[in-house]
Amino acid sequence: MSEGIGARVLRKEDKRFITGSGKYTDDVRETNQCYAAFVRSPHAHAKIKGINKSPAEGMPGVEAVLDGKQLTGDGIGNIICGWMIHSKDGSPMKMGAWSALATETARYVGDAVAVVIADSLARARAAAEAVEVDYEILDAVITTEQALADGAPQLHPEAPGNLIYDWEIGDKEPTEKAIADAAYVCEMEITNNRVAPNPMEPRSAVATYSPSEDHYTLYTTSQNPHVARLVLSAFYQVAPEHKLRVIAPDVGGGFGAKIYIYPEEIVCLWASMKTRCSVKWTADRSEAFLTDAHGRDHVSKARMGFDKDNRIVGFQVDTIANLGAYMSLFSSSVPTYLYATLLSGQYDIANIHCNVRTAYTNTTPVDAYRGAGRPEACYLIERMMETAARDLGIDPAELRRKNFIREFPHQTPVIMAYDSGDFEANLEAAMKAADYAGFEKRRSESASQGKLRGIGMSCYIEACGIAPSAAVGSLGAGVGLWESAEVRVNPVGTIEILTGSHSHGQGHETTFPQLVSDRFGLPSDNVQIVHGDTDKVQFGMGTYGSRSGAVGMSAIVKALDKVEAKAKKIAAHMLEASEGDIVIEDGEVKVAGTDKKLGWHEVCLGAYTAHNLPEGMEPGLKEGAFYDPSNFTFPAGCYICEVEVDPETGTTRIVQFVASDDFGTIINPMIVEGQVHGGIAQGVGQALLEQAVYDESGQLLTGSYMDYAMPRADDLPSYMVSHETTICPGNPLGIKGCGEAGAIGSPPAVINAITNAIGNNALSMPATSAKVWQAINAANVKEAAE
Amino acid sequence: MYETVYHRATSTDDAVAKMAEAEDAKFVSGGMTLIPTMKQRLAAPSDLIDLRHIDAMKGIAIDGKKVTIGAATTHAEVASSSELADLCPAICNLAGHIGDPHVRHMGTIGGSIANNDPAADYPAAMIGLGAEIMTTKRTLPAEDFFVGMFETALEDDEIITAVSFTAPDKAAYSKFPNPASRYAMAGVFVAMNGGDARVAVTGAGSDGVFRHTGMEDALSSNWSADAVSDAEVDEGDMLSDLHGDARYRANLVKVMAKRAVAAAG
Repeated sequence: MSEGIGARVLRKEDKRFITGSGKYTDDVRETNQCYAAFVRSPHAHAKIKGINKSPAEGMPGVEAVLDGKQLTGDGIGNIICGWMIHSKDGSPMKMGAWSALATETARYVGDAVAVVIADSLARARAAAEAVEVDYEILDAVITTEQALADGAPQLHPEAPGNLIYDWEIGDKEPTEKAIADAAYVCEMEITNNRVAPNPMEPRSAVATYSPSEDHYTLYTTSQNPHVARLVLSAFYQVAPEHKLRVIAPDVGGGFGAKIYIYPEEIVCLWASMKTRCSVKWTADRSEAFLTDAHGRDHVSKARMGFDKDNRIVGFQVDTIANLGAYMSLFSSSVPTYLYATLLSGQYDIANIHCNVRTAYTNTTPVDAYRGAGRPEACYLIERMMETAARDLGIDPAELRRKNFIREFPHQTPVIMAYDSGDFEANLEAAMKAADYAGFEKRRSESASQGKLRGIGMSCYIEACGIAPSAAVGSLGAGVGLWESAEVRVNPVGTIEILTGSHSHGQGHETTFPQLVSDRFGLPSDNVQIVHGDTDKVQFGMGTYGSRSGAVGMSAIVKALDKVEAKAKKIAAHMLEASEGDIVIEDGEVKVAGTDKKLGWHEVCLGAYTAHNLPEGMEPGLKEGAFYDPSNFTFPAGCYICEVEVDPETGTTRIVQFVASDDFGTIINPMIVEGQVHGGIAQGVGQALLEQAVYDESGQLLTGSYMDYAMPRADDLPSYMVSHETTICPGNPLGIKGCGEAGAIGSPPAVINAITNAIGNNALSMPATSAKVWQAINAANVKEAAE
Repeated sequence: MYETVYHRATSTDDAVAKMAEAEDAKFVSGGMTLIPTMKQRLAAPSDLIDLRHIDAMKGIAIDGKKVTIGAATTHAEVASSSELADLCPAICNLAGHIGDPHVRHMGTIGGSIANNDPAADYPAAMIGLGAEIMTTKRTLPAEDFFVGMFETALEDDEIITAVSFTAPDKAAYSKFPNPASRYAMAGVFVAMNGGDARVAVTGAGSDGVFRHTGMEDALSSNWSADAVSDAEVDEGDMLSDLHGDARYRANLVKVMAKRAVAAAG
């Protein structure tokens, strides 16, 4: 059975995960293991007038009680945001100082102000409670509206008026003119709700300093251990890179939240040096809600103008994004280059202008969360397309068709150059699978049961395969976004692939070996994936932005090219044939058109015995490669959601969900379908259930699963997933990426379906039963009045 | 969790004696609320006295139409009792929808009603069924037992030993779960016994479980979903929080009552 590209190879990693034998950071236990407990601000905004550590210092098992003044005194640097955004007046973004332990001011509930290291977790926590912090409570700002209001309390002296930047993209005047001249203008104010990421495994760190080697080891829940090492070393001065090993072992989900370097990892490393203990910290669920970077939280006013033929002539957007109390690692890029550059959607729009302001608030920092900026763009565009179609009285599918981009490459007015796609094919496939034509009949059937049935669609596009290094560098990124790989062929012919991509649910241990099977015809079990350890893997940028396939696997392909070329040279020499006649298939190295052949393992052994190599050739069979993408990739698709609403309670049941995606080449369809299922579940969660809610004093009301509603199996339908493929021309495998699509495309489809069902378009996410019931009643009142 | 000392009581007398000896003890049954509260460091009893292994407090006894359920009986046991289902399926159905399977196999009826969470299911059943709560000291009608949010008539050293009720002619429980916790946002238990209707509401009221006498009067003379529709639910008595305001909860009470009446047949 083929295990090559396109085969449904079962996930190799699942055996250990589902039998509870995965090895996660919290499973690591070093000798002299101590535990960290953080003293966190209970106030959203407070001046720290003093910290009395002495009641804690004498408590049993306590090794040290450390605060922010000691941390900065030891030269540990402030936490940085790695993507520079310039305001439209040319000034750089206003980054407030973020110390891993707050020194003067606490700026959100959960802000760490001190840490206790003790020989047991219980003792560390008991001592942390004994630390006395003298706070002077300050007024807090929770929403961006409050933050940007005149006279608002100030969070950071560096950012007057709490404004981080005021940025724009596109041409303002032509866009305004096009909208002014439009036959119809759709105008909406749209909120993208704040969500908490909720990976199943909370964040964790185990830091060990070895005085004898003057060397640090950090186990941590990271999506990108090399980036963590770089940032910890270059910016936080915890240790020089060559004296710091970062290991991200099995990681139980990331969704973006584990990209960043948080205060806790920095503090654990520093504390391990101070105490000479190995220091472990694992977030409990409450800490996860309070401190994992949240996602989304945009408010936008948008106007979309159409000509008399229903073609979009201009799109203008004014967005305010909440970045929370501090600028997390990639926070600045999310509401700018990952968002506004996608505002053309799948449509041919000549004029687009978007203005984005970001503000500090006394809330948890906000950063990339599955999709990162692209869901916000998609939600905006697709809610407006649906609304415009209803206003114009034409079929929503027809309005989209009329405006689709049909020729590629296509340069949008907002930087992106789409390389490929067939939007109509996805739309057609989805409509057929959803039996779009039969909807009215189903609506009547539901009505006869007293239920309101609705249908809604969403045609999404995203930019993945992040990203061409020079391009993102010119836009302000502090790093390159290439990937590296090393293919290490052993003398017996088995292979290790060392990759800079990191798997935290994506199934790399299964899909990456399929590339080897495909190329050499070797069983995938002969291939081992090595990742997540800076001492083992040469370098890497990690996994986020649906990049492991399009970028990570491209690096593997480049390395495999080199391995194949060398193996052919060796085989040609051994078989006394011409290199051009050598083919490798079914695990054998053959001379085409003859019966002369060698086993793959014989060639490999030949490489290492080096008894009979071509003149001047180095022994061994191990090749590395760096791959820097030439463009983003552009996964796209059409999602159609059908809902049934109970008008008595406002409860929405998703009765059908169809996804037709274009991901380019698919390596393992089973894993890709799983990614789509999970992504849709996350998008449905945002659309129906999830919201991080603060009260006016800045307390997180949804700080546990008692109040933060995660989607469960019975909230979700069975999905109908299919693919319409156009090959990505930008990378060797033709891959576009699939990790975020579900979370990007689904929210507008869900809300479009509910608003269609209830006949009231004024509905925001999450569309809880209570909100939907209110919207139904508001619509009924309006109808009665009319 | 703070350190605590665990004791396994062998009898109610043993449990009461252990309570008297300890500094600041709490009785624990299934622990489905107490243990998470302790994990969050919001409760710090010096000692935990486990009641789940007292044989006299376990099991379901049926005598004609009289049902007695030991306080240490788990939700799963109540949900799966076929004898009880023959007599009063409503309580089995209610128990079968508390929490999740883990909760139902640990949580007990005594623990649930002693905690009197304003969104718990059992208090509605106890009041709807006109149950009596038997303790180590006395027997109380359910209505006198439930005092307010998380408050009962129980004294510190008093233990619920069992609950008992007469199976009604018909009954049903309908709940609208909170999307996050799956506790009731509104749960309505309706019962009809010899022309006497009872309607008990949990989850929605601002002071815990309560009887809705307006609906009871309407149902006593006309057992139908329509009879409930015309009843008034006072928004002023309803909880309001981020999951739903008082107006929505008042609506849910009415809708759940209608559905419970329809389900009871």
